[in-house]
Amino acid sequence: MKIYLKYNYKVVCETLVREQLEKFNIPWSAINSSEFEILDGLPEETKFSLIQSLKNYGITVLDDQKETLVDRIKNTIDEMLNDENARHLKVSSYLSDKLDYTYSYLSSVFSENTYSSIENYLILRKVDLVKELLQEGNLNLTEIAYRLNYSSVSHLSGQFKKTTGLTPSSFQRIMKRKKSLNAYIDKTIKLVDEQ
Amino acid sequence: MSNNFLNVVLADDDEDDRFLFKEAIKQLSIQTRLLLFNDGQELMNYLFSDESERPNLLFLDLNMPVKDGMQCLREIRQNEAFKDLAIAIYSTSSTEQDIEATFIYGANIYINKPSSFAKLKEVIEKVLQVNWQYHTSNMNRNTFLFRF
Repeated sequence: MKIYLKYNYKVVCETLVREQLEKFNIPWSAINSSEFEILDGLPEETKFSLIQSLKNYGITVLDDQKETLVDRIKNTIDEMLNDENARHLKVSSYLSDKLDYTYSYLSSVFSENTYSSIENYLILRKVDLVKELLQEGNLNLTEIAYRLNYSSVSHLSGQFKKTTGLTPSSFQRIMKRKKSLNAYIDKTIKLVDEQ
Repeated sequence: MSNNFLNVVLADDDEDDRFLFKEAIKQLSIQTRLLLFNDGQELMNYLFSDESERPNLLFLDLNMPVKDGMQCLREIRQNEAFKDLAIAIYSTSSTEQDIEATFIYGANIYINKPSSFAKLKEVIEKVLQVNWQYHTSNMNRNTFLFRF
């Protein structure tokens, strides 16, 4: 027995993509058959699985222009720094695992496009986290060093000083004085408004 | 990337310093568009005029006639429109207290004017790199403080 099929490609494709998005529990809305909007932020792993899964059907996810490889590298580094279980890993293997490119390729793309190296970015980002924790003031330097996987407090202080030109304690003092100045200005503005 | 210029502004009353800065920044690989001003008032007139293109980064000398750098800093920081403008103080020998005051009033970077051209190039490059990262990455602007 022979059966004859007629395809409505548009419906086939839309249904397929819809099923895949539902399979990964991704909230979405359709703009048209080749453009979908993801409603929440998409974790890198889920995105990766979705892309792989769609590939099996011959569907390619096009790179958003804003989400270039450089952005993905940056996002992946941020993810790594925010994940307690990943912080101790080597950035080179972490990136090549997650992004599925060799590290030397990633590293050259990054340098060509940002005037800076992945290693420099990682340090800048780490120091940014240290700054945030210092500013919050809930943890002391020893605790911050431990949390961000520095080998010692002096390693942390050294990297901080070398990167920012400030010692952690002068940074803290400046932030405190900035805050009280801003509070004072806000109060003055309020008083003027009330008059 | 080739269309991505960083708009840089320098306000400095010393003609030699302006010339050296211009030469140094020209020799770097980061593409910039540079505007020069001779004093604080000229700078403020430009920043607050309607047709001015918003700069990404301002290098500001402290000791200038008419309006000094500290006054400019405070006026700029009181204006919401410039909250994303990075300000680098570019000055000769200040006391520790003066340096801290610039940070407290909203400077992001403090640079001690280097004594050699090579050093000057190096420090400008560092500032541009850091600013580039703040400009293009999701970094915390509240704690954007560096001293070179």
